[in-house]
Amino acid sequence: MVLEAVPQPAIQPNATNGKIVNDFAFMVATKNGSGSQTSNNVLVKSLFNMGIPVNGKNLFPSNIKGLPTWYTIRVSKDGYTGRRATTEIAVVYNQDSAAEDIANLPVGGVCIIPADWKWGHSREDIIWYEVPVKEIMKKIDVSSDLSKRVENMTYVGVVAQLFNIPLDEIWKALLENFNGKEKPAKLNFEAVKLAYEFAQQNLVKQDNFWFEYDNQTTGKIMITGNEAGALGSIFGGVNVVAWYPITPSTSLVDGIFDYQHLRKDPETGKMTMVIVQAEDELSAIGMLVGAGFSGARAMTATSGPGISLMAEFTGLAYYAEIPCVIWDVTRMGPSTGLPTRTSQGDILFTHVLGHGDTRQICLLPANPEEAFEFGWRAFDIADMGQLPVFVMSDLDLGMNNWMSEPFKYPDEPIQRGKVLDAEQLAEFIKEHGKWGRYLDVDGDGITYRTLPGTDHPQSAYFARGTGHNEMAGYSERSDDWLKNMARLHKKLQTVRGFLPAPIKDYDASKKVAIISFGTNEPAIQEARDMLKKQGIETNYLRVRALPLCQDVTDFINSHDRIYIPENNYDGQLYQIICLDHPQDLTHLKSLPLGDGLPMTAQWLFDKIMAVEKK
Amino acid sequence: MGKSKVNSLGLSREEYKGRPSTLCPGCGHDSISNQIISTTYEMGIEQHKILKMSGIGCSSKTPAYFLGRSHGFNALHGRMPSVVTGALMGNPSMKCIAVSGDGDSGSIGMGQFKHAIRRNIPFVYIIENNGVYGLTKGQFSATSDEGQELKYYGRNELPAIDLALEAIIAGATFVARSFSGDSKQVQSLLQAALRHQGTAVIDIISPCVSFNNDPKSNKSYDYGKAHQISLHDIQVVAQGYVEGKDEIVVAPEAFADGSIVNVEMHDGTTLRLKHLDRNHDPRNRSMAISVLEQSQREQLFITGLIYYEEPRPTLAQLGDVYDGALGTLPEHRVRPSQQTLNDVMAKFK
Ligand SMILES: Cc1ncc(C[n+]2csc(CCOP(=O)(O)OP(=O)(O)O)c2C)c(N)n1
Ligand code: SF4
Ligand SMILES: [Mg+2]
Repeated sequence: MVLEAVPQPAIQPNATNGKIVNDFAFMVATKNGSGSQTSNNVLVKSLFNMGIPVNGKNLFPSNIKGLPTWYTIRVSKDGYTGRRATTEIAVVYNQDSAAEDIANLPVGGVCIIPADWKWGHSREDIIWYEVPVKEIMKKIDVSSDLSKRVENMTYVGVVAQLFNIPLDEIWKALLENFNGKEKPAKLNFEAVKLAYEFAQQNLVKQDNFWFEYDNQTTGKIMITGNEAGALGSIFGGVNVVAWYPITPSTSLVDGIFDYQHLRKDPETGKMTMVIVQAEDELSAIGMLVGAGFSGARAMTATSGPGISLMAEFTGLAYYAEIPCVIWDVTRMGPSTGLPTRTSQGDILFTHVLGHGDTRQICLLPANPEEAFEFGWRAFDIADMGQLPVFVMSDLDLGMNNWMSEPFKYPDEPIQRGKVLDAEQLAEFIKEHGKWGRYLDVDGDGITYRTLPGTDHPQSAYFARGTGHNEMAGYSERSDDWLKNMARLHKKLQTVRGFLPAPIKDYDASKKVAIISFGTNEPAIQEARDMLKKQGIETNYLRVRALPLCQDVTDFINSHDRIYIPENNYDGQLYQIICLDHPQDLTHLKSLPLGDGLPMTAQWLFDKIMAVEKK
Repeated sequence: MGKSKVNSLGLSREEYKGRPSTLCPGCGHDSISNQIISTTYEMGIEQHKILKMSGIGCSSKTPAYFLGRSHGFNALHGRMPSVVTGALMGNPSMKCIAVSGDGDSGSIGMGQFKHAIRRNIPFVYIIENNGVYGLTKGQFSATSDEGQELKYYGRNELPAIDLALEAIIAGATFVARSFSGDSKQVQSLLQAALRHQGTAVIDIISPCVSFNNDPKSNKSYDYGKAHQISLHDIQVVAQGYVEGKDEIVVAPEAFADGSIVNVEMHDGTTLRLKHLDRNHDPRNRSMAISVLEQSQREQLFITGLIYYEEPRPTLAQLGDVYDGALGTLPEHRVRPSQQTLNDVMAKFK
């Protein structure tokens, strides 16, 4: 890949007969918009159906047609799903990036390349397989506009034959890909078959890479984080979705479109949710605030530039105490940055989004299961805490296919928080003498709200972002202001209790640890195994929500050295930890990455070894 | 006590008021608040079914001063339309009266103003237009007239934006202009607007006594009183109205002879327009546009119902959304079943 240049270690066989089985990565280089996504999905799905732990990552450009795009597929018998630094096999189908793609192969690597280019063997230390793409395509009766797309099936056929994917697995995956439609599946399969037969008859296998059936994917699903988040929202009872398109969040809303039919009211046949495409993110978040005010569950999905535009409104929602849910499927910033590359670079900004003293709630999913769970739970937290909740996903989770356990049905009924209807309001007034929108009678910082439409002469209040007292009256008094801020602070304490707790792997005997969040998870787990082999045992804590909780503090206080790897340039989680812990934290080591690509275990291993070896 | 007048709900006008106003004494905005109070009182509107919305500005403060029993939201500068859109998607059964300023809608909020109209969000969109930024102490706004002079900022050399014209161009189906000094006209327009099933825009010239009330300024009281050209008198005739039996707000004696245009509204109400100036027919789009262009060109202060059209479906109707508070539906109506989740999961296996 031209995206990075990493030193490539020599290839090691993992079976006694010299075979390398289910433990390597390959990469497909094509031009963006050439239709290679179908081919890549079919390869990944075939391997998944063969029971092999697999993951596919799409490294694509911000362009519709023509620029180079790479798809990496990793199989791992040990179940590692992080991106791999080394890619042993390259399908080089894009002449523009070919030279670098070939140069990046390790010694003993494999290059699959169209014969039509007459590229020649520009390296002697790799294995070459040439595919007569044009000749194969000539044998297929396909319209010229489809031909370019179907062409990509030729590498599927060659890969299947060389590395041992049975043709019926490809056929099955193709059918799945086309939702059971035989016609397009057949057309594509013809190209696969012809290429497969060509390879069988003409290519002599010189490499040692093999796929073999396994049983590690039984019962699992393969899904993107955006689809998971969409489903979570649907099952969370979302009512209003307002959005403005932006990569890489768009497919989250597309997912909601796909499943909105599940939200027809069984009693009236009317829709219990609506999707509004706003004119910009300012308007999208404004719609959420309006919907939240009227008691509805409202969400949006966006990315960094959209979050920037939402600052003023989320500050209002925080202060006027209006629930809403905002997904940030993060891409690389600052600015327009790398719109199609992954990043964890929005958490610091989002955590304090809004002018003045604001602390926003952020949930940090690491996999599709959590994207689903946080998808519905975010609404409960928002309603219970009467505040905005941000779900900080990223491009890697959102747009790539991940292996996952099937999602668990919400294990709690919908939590609407402290909402009073007319009857409850009457009861409340009887008990407490009066009701005020910001009157804290429970002492937990969370007050009772009424919804527009409540038929009670005292139910109304005037929401505002300006200073207000307990009765929601306009106030510029310092004592009112401070009292309110103190209550908001108390509320935040209460809300901490609603947030997903960190996931910990802790053993008191270990003195070195890792703290991280989100999609670094696979790389970290693999790196920990690598470190263990070198005698370095680590504890691990994965933060799943901001603000941080006591668990994190305790964890920090019980280690000698803690590494904080994260996928941004400034070490933002590290900064947030420092912000919340005024004590001496010199035993914390920030390991920021932020190169636009999903973290690899090798990178993390090298970083930690560099310190630990000393 | 017992003698005080009450409306059809048995409520006094007093009960339609809000908190005491904190605007400058004499501010045009206050008289608009009063017309809102009178109109909703006369119509016997149930306050809990009304949402009061606004942006930021002196004008946007006013929802605190009327309909004390209605939920309200004083949102962000220029962003009221999106908040209204969300609130009415979250509960399409609510009616909404929203107040904005010329800065709020004509500058920072122009985008949201036009897009809410385009979506035909059903609410009364009142612009309290004083040709100046009141709350930030007297800067020019986008509706300040060319040649207008202000104490600190000198002369405005830029052309004014006509928000009524912008509304028509954006696809509004109810567009009116009025003068806060003409309480009768404001009331009848509000009555009609509250019955409209779409965005009803009323651009009300509302003098700022502190920063833009020089008699030379065409947003001043003196100028308005001297120059207002009313296109018609408006009589709002509800469906099933029986002459002589039912009371109507605008006294019938106001209508002497003269030609009449009857505008039939979606809900069966008839707007009886009398005393027509320029033979204006608000159902004629090009006539509406040319009246506004003429008034801009010749600096005429023309008021009345400028444009009316049978409303398009509202956004909630297009989405076939449940007509109530979506957030209060019980769980089984908004969360699909375990079986549904199993079925969806099977597709990803
Ligand atoms: C984002 C933002 N920018 C600026 C302001 C400051 N501001 C408050 S009101 C206002 C102008 C209000 O003018 P207008 O809408 O005409 O209302 P009026 O006070 O004249 O009724 C401005 C610029 C603000 N509140 N928010
Ligand atoms: S400054 Fe002008 S607009 Fe504001 S309250 Fe005073 S008179 Fe009204
Ligand atoms: Mg103004």
